[in-house]
Amino acid sequence: MEIHSMHFKARAGQKMADVVLQQNLKKTRSKFVDKRANAIRQLDDFEDLRTAAQELRDRVINNLDLWLERFEEEATRRGATVLWARDGAEVCRLTVDIARKHGVTMAVKSKSMLSEEAALNQALEAAGIRPVETDLGEYILQINNNEPPSHIVAPVFHKSKEEISALFARTHGLPPKTGIEEMAREAREVLRPHFLSAGMGISGGNFLVAETGSVALVTNEGNGRMVTTMPDVHVAITGIEKVVPTLEDLATLMRLLPRSATGQSISNYFSLLTGVKKPDDSDGPRHMYFILVDNGRADLVAGEYAAMLRCIRCGACMNHCPVYQSIGGHAYGWVYPGPMGSVLTPLLGGIENALDLPQASTLCNQCGSVCPVNIPLPDLLRKLRERQLKNGLRPLSERLLLRSWSWLARHPRCYTLAAQLGARYLRWLGEDGKRIRVLGLMPEWTTGRDLPAPPGKTFRELYAARARARK
Amino acid sequence: MRVGLLVTCLIDMLRPRIGFATLELLEAAGCSVVVPQTQTCCGQPAYNSGDRTATRQLAIKLLGEFEDCAYVVVPSGACAGMVRKHYAELITDDPALAQRMATLAAKTYELTEFLVNVAKIENMPGNHTGSVTYHDSCSGLRELGIKAQPRRLLARLPGVTLKEMPDAEECCGFGGAFSVKFGELSAAIAERKCNSIHTAAADVVVGGDLGCLLNIEGKLRRMGDETTRVLHIAELLAGVCGDGSEGC
Repeated sequence: MEIHSMHFKARAGQKMADVVLQQNLKKTRSKFVDKRANAIRQLDDFEDLRTAAQELRDRVINNLDLWLERFEEEATRRGATVLWARDGAEVCRLTVDIARKHGVTMAVKSKSMLSEEAALNQALEAAGIRPVETDLGEYILQINNNEPPSHIVAPVFHKSKEEISALFARTHGLPPKTGIEEMAREAREVLRPHFLSAGMGISGGNFLVAETGSVALVTNEGNGRMVTTMPDVHVAITGIEKVVPTLEDLATLMRLLPRSATGQSISNYFSLLTGVKKPDDSDGPRHMYFILVDNGRADLVAGEYAAMLRCIRCGACMNHCPVYQSIGGHAYGWVYPGPMGSVLTPLLGGIENALDLPQASTLCNQCGSVCPVNIPLPDLLRKLRERQLKNGLRPLSERLLLRSWSWLARHPRCYTLAAQLGARYLRWLGEDGKRIRVLGLMPEWTTGRDLPAPPGKTFRELYAARARARK
Repeated sequence: MRVGLLVTCLIDMLRPRIGFATLELLEAAGCSVVVPQTQTCCGQPAYNSGDRTATRQLAIKLLGEFEDCAYVVVPSGACAGMVRKHYAELITDDPALAQRMATLAAKTYELTEFLVNVAKIENMPGNHTGSVTYHDSCSGLRELGIKAQPRRLLARLPGVTLKEMPDAEECCGFGGAFSVKFGELSAAIAERKCNSIHTAAADVVVGGDLGCLLNIEGKLRRMGDETTRVLHIAELLAGVCGDGSEGC
């Protein structure tokens, strides 16, 4: 998917003015935040659990090549084919090749963020293979002119029921429905023939289990199960960092993932898919492929951003982010929004293509404090800011301001004078000694709020005067 | 007990009264307070802008100014968090200096945690009467774990009723330079905070960080709320609210 993160600020402005979106974003708290809090409260060992999860993810990342080899060995032994993709283009090429090899003209898909990274749907269409999204959210986006998702767990979080109702009526040529259940039924009816006729199912993968060569899928709609078991060919596409050593490790992470994501103790469906259909199996694919994707991840393994590879894609960081809550996911301009996206987008898509993202955070650490694998997101954002500055990627005005301010702060006499002048200037700007409505030096402050005016003398100035008076 | 007051650059320039209130509280707790006159800023703006070199220089400067104090007390969770949680990691090439920095970090406290956990203050000069709601600033809360201390201190003022706002732990949208780089976003987040404050319907919003308080007060006024007062907890506890009116 093309990166549009350079336009973050302008897009964020549009999103703040979007009345419908703002209404929908208000549901973040009840839909995600409160539910997660309740689910986490029910665990009596959340802190221990997330420490264990962090350690196990780090253990994998430190020996990623070994665990991936083990996975490949076990998956191959069970009849699957493991393929490796360096980038999105390779994902597309490999998937198209598989489809052609098996004479596939239509593929049903369950949710996969990696396929968004790779822009797989466009590539399949260009190759004459029709992709049909079957996750309800992804389906809605696909029929809405391939709109990108705005949330990694709830892709149509930005849309209201009414918008979806109108879209369905337009696309399906049926009378508009008003209830969510009716709409879901309508989508199921439209999708059913596709499940029955598709030659290939494409899924993502929440985890890969090295000791059994399995892929784990966490879903709530059951479409993932049909996509991966009904067609003859199953292709699971996921990032190389998704591997975990054992089923026991998977169980540890599964205690955290649904709780952190949707506040469920377990998702409606949990599938562990291992190998191709055996003669006495009632269902399953005859051909199973894994496409394990690097797309910039391997470069992170040994560096200062390695902690980002722990991510299990629960979305808790964005649900709790005051910035995400204000603008939703589209303004971020790529596949991953919110704090994890503000770290991943510059790392995977090029730091120069997403200059605003690491800056667009208050570093409040609401994200880090809910992260189930303890990713220090504010620290990683700060490291990206360091790299921007080091590589000369910040605007000249900002660099000059920073340099002069830090020079002043290191020279107390000059600083004292500057602070005194500043305090007096701001006092002078204040209306009736109370508020500043327009601040020319920092116009962005006063576009949306006043600045309380200062009294005009600095603390140290007054303190020194008091000390003199006492003598 | 010799205590160094790190007054913070924001308080120094924009609301010196908080500095005097802090001084008064520390003296009421029996501390002998020194105010190093060459202090400027803890370096957090540079740190969060990605300028490690400048941050390190400012950390070393601050170390020199406060090293000989038994404690360093800061009326700000953000600046106290900066010293306590981030200073030591800035020094990677000089073990002796790193050790001194770690010692400084360990004796640096945010005001309310110092008053409750270290000085164990008994009586506060303040005599405010009315309802207050407390905003938990992010660094104090999530870096230093400050949550109970300000509430315990407020509970010591007999005339004060605490009315908790919903989502008191949510960020107010200040974020330092964020507030002027992304002004519109910052103000949008502040608006949600102000709505929570209005839900609490208290006379006063109290907090421990001037940055957040300026943001909140500025937004409340822009929203047309001329009455809700916005005070630093030191002002309320010390009873210096600057308007010379009936106790505060």
